[in-house]
Amino acid sequence: MRYSGFRLIKEALTGHTGWTPVWRDASPQPRYDIVIIGGGGHGLATAYYLAKEFGQKRVAVLEKAWVGGGNVGRNTTIIRSNYLLDGNEPFYEFSLKLWEGLEQDLNYNAMISQRGILNLIHSDAQRDAFIRRGNAMILNGADAELLSVAQIRARYPFLNFDNARFPIKGGLAQHRAGTARHDAVAWGYARGADSCGVDIIQNCEVTGFRIEDGQCRGVETTRGFIAADKVGCAVAGSSGRLMAKAEMRLPIESHVLQAFVSEGLKPVMPGVITFGAGHFYCSQSDKGGLVFGGDIDGYNSYAQRGNLDMVEDVCEAGMALMPALGRARLLRMWGGIVDMSMDGSPIIDRTHIDGLYFNGGWCYGGFKATPASGYAFAHLLATDSPHPTAAAYRFDRFEKGRMIDERGAGAQPNLH
Amino acid sequence: MIINHPLLGPRDAVEFTYLGDASLIDRPDWQADSAAQDFYSYLYLRDNPAGEHRELWFHEAGDRSWLVVTRNTVTHEITRVEMAQDVARARGRGI
Repeated sequence: MRYSGFRLIKEALTGHTGWTPVWRDASPQPRYDIVIIGGGGHGLATAYYLAKEFGQKRVAVLEKAWVGGGNVGRNTTIIRSNYLLDGNEPFYEFSLKLWEGLEQDLNYNAMISQRGILNLIHSDAQRDAFIRRGNAMILNGADAELLSVAQIRARYPFLNFDNARFPIKGGLAQHRAGTARHDAVAWGYARGADSCGVDIIQNCEVTGFRIEDGQCRGVETTRGFIAADKVGCAVAGSSGRLMAKAEMRLPIESHVLQAFVSEGLKPVMPGVITFGAGHFYCSQSDKGGLVFGGDIDGYNSYAQRGNLDMVEDVCEAGMALMPALGRARLLRMWGGIVDMSMDGSPIIDRTHIDGLYFNGGWCYGGFKATPASGYAFAHLLATDSPHPTAAAYRFDRFEKGRMIDERGAGAQPNLH
Repeated sequence: MIINHPLLGPRDAVEFTYLGDASLIDRPDWQADSAAQDFYSYLYLRDNPAGEHRELWFHEAGDRSWLVVTRNTVTHEITRVEMAQDVARARGRGI
């Protein structure tokens, strides 16, 4: 069913009885050409692009619970392409361009809102670094603008500009950045993939890989063995325990990242802002809640919940930047398990096992990458060669010394 | 989380900083023929288990000792806390 204004009016006049399920509840077939493990944003996007752009007809997505129940439903919904390094910026800009056409492509309202992101500057050294980053963005075809304090005051008058320790000295804006309705991204990709013939199989957990003579022949699941020529893994925070079933150790630790939303408020926050003197970022949802977050808790976790000291830390940073935040009540907070890599950048690559492919290590920034991650992973699975924008996301970059370390923190996952 | 420090008793985890898997105690021999591969595995690859995990915590806001904490990564339950120097000595590492 194609969605349109006409369809909406017709359904409104006929009691909304004509809407059909957005995707089929498929049962597993004994064999597929390509099986994607993980029915999150990246897995569903991979399946969608495999079917639509690369002509793959026999594709399945296996999800252990329900579609979109992991990090794609737990993030703070920010999309942007404001990276510095060559290995990253072309990829994230490719992603942002896909975001810009996504709703028309999918015929699905993902509520993409290019309301802009503003990275605040608090010192002269930070201004130099942000100018450099802005120039790198422009060189890679993205947009960036250095804003003065007066320009920021006009948009965000409530920020604490004259904080004695962290005065605001300016900001780097990317106007094409913004937010998207995160669940709708998963649902839109699921619907798009399903309409291209992809089987989306929920409540189907992978329990092992069938590997013979260095070749992956398929996956063992809670719903039986499924044969496949190629298997792609896109399971984010569960990457470590999934790939352990193929006896692989990854350059990844799983950590918990918390996110927060306040009670609904009248419109106050026109775009996305980030605090440059601590780790704090904030936007306002269309329902009015201030959506914000900060650092990961910092210790290995698979618990999908964090500890109170990080709640205090994030709220302290928020109060330092925008004291009015203290008058708002915290409505909800939750945790997601993120796959923190050793250099803070992702991996989209073949493994040493033929027919087994890996997509992971997205750290706490996977949501904005969803379209390009899916596209690049589909490219790799279909053609056995990396997509040009994702060519640096190799497994062997750690061994070869070709790290993509935006933060410059070294092999310490909880610092990225 | 409360870490039951062997010398100081129960302490709030915010007093500590986290390094990672306690296998980092087992620094490879830099003179071995396989040193390059050994250090790659040591520095970059992790077991990353869901369940019991032995890990290094540093009591930065306390007595500045290193601890080996055995903690469940699914429940955050801490079942054992040892002085890292005792663990290292037991594994034949010098101080």
